[in-house]
Amino acid sequence: MSIKIINEKCTGCKLCINSCPFSAIDVKNKKASIDLDKCTFCGACIEACKFDAIVLTKISPSEIDFPKKLEEHKDVWIFCEQKNGVVQSVAYELLGKGRELADTLGVDLCGVLLGENMKQSAQDIIHRGANKVYLVDSPKLKHYQDEPYSKVLSKLIKKYKPEIVLCGATSIGRSLISRVAIAIHAGLTADCTGLDIDKKERLLLQTRPAFGGNIMATIICPNHRPQMSTVRHKVMKEAEIDNHRRGKIIEDSFDEDTYFSRTKLLDIVEEIEETVNLTEADIIVSGGRGLQKPENFKMIEELAKILGGAVGASRAAVDSEWKTYSHQVGQTGKTVCPKIYIACGISGQIQHLVGMQSSKIIVAINKDPHAPIFSVATYGIVGDLFEILPELTKKFKEVLKK
Amino acid sequence: MKIIVCIKQVPDTTNVRIDPETNTLIRSGVECIINPFDMYAIEEAIRLKEKFGGKVIIVTMGPPQAEDALREAISLGADEAILVSDRAFAGSDTWATSYTLSRVLNKIGDYHIIICGKQAIDGDTAQVGPGISAHLDIPQITYVKRIEEVTSSRIRAERMTEEGYEIIDSPLPCLITVVKEINEPRLPSLRGKIKAKKEEIKKWEAKDLEVDPALLGLNGSPTKVVKIFSPPPRKGGQIIEGDAKEISEKLVGLLKDETL
Repeated sequence: MSIKIINEKCTGCKLCINSCPFSAIDVKNKKASIDLDKCTFCGACIEACKFDAIVLTKISPSEIDFPKKLEEHKDVWIFCEQKNGVVQSVAYELLGKGRELADTLGVDLCGVLLGENMKQSAQDIIHRGANKVYLVDSPKLKHYQDEPYSKVLSKLIKKYKPEIVLCGATSIGRSLISRVAIAIHAGLTADCTGLDIDKKERLLLQTRPAFGGNIMATIICPNHRPQMSTVRHKVMKEAEIDNHRRGKIIEDSFDEDTYFSRTKLLDIVEEIEETVNLTEADIIVSGGRGLQKPENFKMIEELAKILGGAVGASRAAVDSEWKTYSHQVGQTGKTVCPKIYIACGISGQIQHLVGMQSSKIIVAINKDPHAPIFSVATYGIVGDLFEILPELTKKFKEVLKK
Repeated sequence: MKIIVCIKQVPDTTNVRIDPETNTLIRSGVECIINPFDMYAIEEAIRLKEKFGGKVIIVTMGPPQAEDALREAISLGADEAILVSDRAFAGSDTWATSYTLSRVLNKIGDYHIIICGKQAIDGDTAQVGPGISAHLDIPQITYVKRIEEVTSSRIRAERMTEEGYEIIDSPLPCLITVVKEINEPRLPSLRGKIKAKKEEIKKWEAKDLEVDPALLGLNGSPTKVVKIFSPPPRKGGQIIEGDAKEISEKLVGLLKDETL
């Protein structure tokens, strides 16, 4: 990879300086120059340059020799995360996308399931589109633990050689796959929001946001197999259920050493909150400093309840201890992408926006017409939330007949 | 107790705005900060030291100016800092980064706890922490929101999950990654600031480490970036006007299909 300035084209306009997140560019004698110690080849300057004066030479898929041994790897695998014996919906989303990818490549779609007494779930995974399910069933795998899970998954991958492995970008998925990628020396792309195939080169094109969604990057893994990604929850469409689908369940097991964990899971504590899990919610009603005091979160909770949604909070509200950290949406909290996000009294600092701007519909209620939240809002309401929220809750109650 | 904290210097996104015309990052000034999650990692390390004695060593891999981040960490109470910087590391993805850092940690040796922030705010991968523990073959506890107990040989911590938390016990050495809830980072003390100015920062290059050069930097990175682009801008918003009642009626009409 290399980057250079074409001096003939550079006008010294300095647009690139502001675009560089790493302050690697300077203009000397009316020509831009790039400090290679600081440059990470992110490409932001290329976008900013109006004169095509910056050239980034990257490895493009067509320039890569396709090593023979990579061809031993085939099939698309979905790691099907389960909690308390229930396959998580993110796995069904990945089966939906995985089916498309496998069909494009002309290979099988396979689920991978680790747990205890999971045979029925393996069948469900077939009904969601998998041709095969690799099942490792053991009491030792009942609950997720980093070491046994990563050892089992690494061994399965080495044995059956998939070309693609996808996994939800959840707290389990990210902890697990990061370890597996090291163990089997595979490339891993985090938190993808787009997946496609370069058919000619048989490469997985993995697209993901960086810099809190301000830049998108497409990433490939040319010389290592499998190509692995974690994928953001709620971005892909769930696979449909078809009870007529037939597939094969391949049960495998390993020695006791493989199941051994140095860490011990002592307890699982489910925090019973007034509403559902933020990352799973289709609707989120969020409150910020504009609520003025913690008691006023009741209004948010009420609307969320009517809509069957979850309660979110801005960092300001969490730092003021109006809501616990598990409700925080944004850079230092959770990234969410529900169907509807209703922001009430949240001004919309960039740190908040990066956590919710991929929501399908954003509604913003704020009394300041210049609040940045309106720049991402699908529907903006400039007004007093203390008047609007109760009215809105009442109206939804009527319409939804609750 | 020897505690090592791995930190990253990142652009301060507080100053990052999107240019509505070009839809790229606009950055005023050249400010870089310690990754916010790493501030919690540093704080937790210092708290452990205050309780159990020992030493806090900060490690960062990055360009020469990442030294500023190390000095800031020292001002907060860290004892030593190592800057891992070499052109050979440029272009590292998470595989190569965690490989390099694991070799740095091997060279430091005899550590009890390694602490990382849960992820960095520029790349948001959350892969380097677990990657380091995999390279070192030590246990990990990710997303730690509270350390319940530490003894000379074990750690018990609460790991945040989507539904609540898990209580996990691990032998030492162990790597943990931490979330915001774990603590409230302190401000630097005057003594710390003076120490930070004077402290000699160790600088390690590739030749100072036992590494396979083929596994470093861009060449050692299985993933390659092939395209960078701006996300499609969000479709322009519609402002709904009227009194509370009218607004509610309009909005409910617009959202009805999505909520049923």
